Amino acid sequence: MREDLYLKDFLDRDGLRRAQLTRMRATLERVYERVPFYRKAFDEKGVKPSDLQRLEDLAKFPFTMKKDLRDTYPFGLFSSERKDVVRVHASSGTTGKPIVVGYTAEDIRTWSEVMARTFQCIGIGPEDVVQNAYGYGLFTGGLGAHYGLERVGCTVIPMSGGNTERQILVMNDFGVTAICCTPSYFLHLAEAAAQAGHPIQKTKLKKGIFGAEPWSDEMRKRIEAATGISAFDIYGLSEIIGPGVSSDCEAKCGLHVFEDHFYPEIIDSETGAVKGLGEEGELVFTTITKQAMPLIRYRTRDISRLDYSKCACGRTIVRMARVSHRSDDMMIVRGVNLYPSQVEEILLEAEGTMPHYLLVLTRSKELDDLEIRVEVSAETFSDRVKEMEKLQKKISERMKSLFGLSAKVSLVEPGTIERSVGKAKRVLDLREKK
Amino acid sequence: MNIKQLSIFLENKAGRLAHVTGILGDAGVNIRALALADTSDFGILRLIVNDVDKAQEVLRKHNVVCVANDVTAVEVEDKPGGLAKVLVVLQSAGVNVEYMYAFTEWKTGRAALIFRFDDPDKAAKRLSEAGISVFAQVDLTGNAK
Repeated sequence: MREDLYLKDFLDRDGLRRAQLTRMRATLERVYERVPFYRKAFDEKGVKPSDLQRLEDLAKFPFTMKKDLRDTYPFGLFSSERKDVVRVHASSGTTGKPIVVGYTAEDIRTWSEVMARTFQCIGIGPEDVVQNAYGYGLFTGGLGAHYGLERVGCTVIPMSGGNTERQILVMNDFGVTAICCTPSYFLHLAEAAAQAGHPIQKTKLKKGIFGAEPWSDEMRKRIEAATGISAFDIYGLSEIIGPGVSSDCEAKCGLHVFEDHFYPEIIDSETGAVKGLGEEGELVFTTITKQAMPLIRYRTRDISRLDYSKCACGRTIVRMARVSHRSDDMMIVRGVNLYPSQVEEILLEAEGTMPHYLLVLTRSKELDDLEIRVEVSAETFSDRVKEMEKLQKKISERMKSLFGLSAKVSLVEPGTIERSVGKAKRVLDLREKK
Repeated sequence: MNIKQLSIFLENKAGRLAHVTGILGDAGVNIRALALADTSDFGILRLIVNDVDKAQEVLRKHNVVCVANDVTAVEVEDKPGGLAKVLVVLQSAGVNVEYMYAFTEWKTGRAALIFRFDDPDKAAKRLSEAGISVFAQVDLTGNAK
């Protein structure tokens, strides 16, 4: 089985494109016939599934937005009968109703396949003991990773999220060689482990498989330097399948998209036009093999680029640049577009370590105020007031010169910024919504 | 000869000083001298204690950021011009004072000034050459560590 799965990442590109076209057309036909939402959307745009003659013709078809999933809650976009749906998952959704997704038995097989390919990319196999600290439950992370891990034959420890003390105990006592969790939770875990006298370096942990939130290359370097493990980025979203849409390989030069199942496009977020080869823009996916809930041109809000050249690892499937920010995370502060990842880079540069931080937005007299709360660590602390003020100044001056924004930098005691068990909370927006 | 001072980061919030001194008290660490530097949103607490290693250990266990560094405790004569005499020596040696605070030595009631120099070794050398006495750790805390 291993060989069979492995080959799918090394297909000849012409053959791959022919398979994509056949699958894409079948998917368009399926949703046009079975999902009233898509029939209406296609008709309004004046397109029929038969208009797809080449892969590029996909640009003629309408987008699917997150809002469409909410509007058709819970099962409105399903294209399989209820009796054929063997599983549903749902997003946490910060406001209102969750986003619901469904899977047929075949979809579950596809999912375990793309997750197995993910772990093969990262070099996880039967010799590994893997602690899966993604949440098990309605969230797709836990079960998605679990099926893939079993399929590559490693020993899986289904820890789920939280209970840091127990995670540290298991990591040490069970000889864990790899962990799956969010990068911010791993930082928290590493900090807690060191404090408990079990630094990560002293364990058998070699690899971290991190996803479910955007993180930067800078953060990867810091994690690797601080803990001695190799950190891999995986990408996915529930709407498309869950984790398993794309993955880093050992070359770490972009994430391989499992494009025989998920067809990617890069578009201009403003105009919706497909961007030129290699240009940066919003990532859009069309599922081309899913049964229960295929999505056509789903807008991820994630910013990336595509690279079709052959990877150093030999894989021929397209690579996407790692997502360091989502268009949803964008804050508008005094009219300036700002992403948390950009502030993160400034903090890393100023402090030389990865600090815990929180961006707090408030409004006084019609003006936005940005406060950057940064936890002081043993490495950045000095007995001299001057040195501490220099650190504050360095951060605020970089904010000023890069973004033209005046930010108040507050130094706070360690442990005072809430640690995340799932996705990290980086922004606290206290401005009144208009 | 230099002595160890412990510096602790504190947010300017009610109860933080009580929290930190409580941790030290529970661990049996005795505070011999104390100074607090504060800005609008944070403070730096500087302490001379009887057991720097133990103090650091318990504070770190409680997730309190602290650092130990060298300071110089200079004996000052109890008469006009006593401090000036010390400062003249330092000035001619080109040593800068980062900050300082006063302290009364515990056994004899002698006055001392704790100096944080930019170059503590050079300062200590010049002071002893000028015949100005500095205290050793054991003089101030009863503990040579």
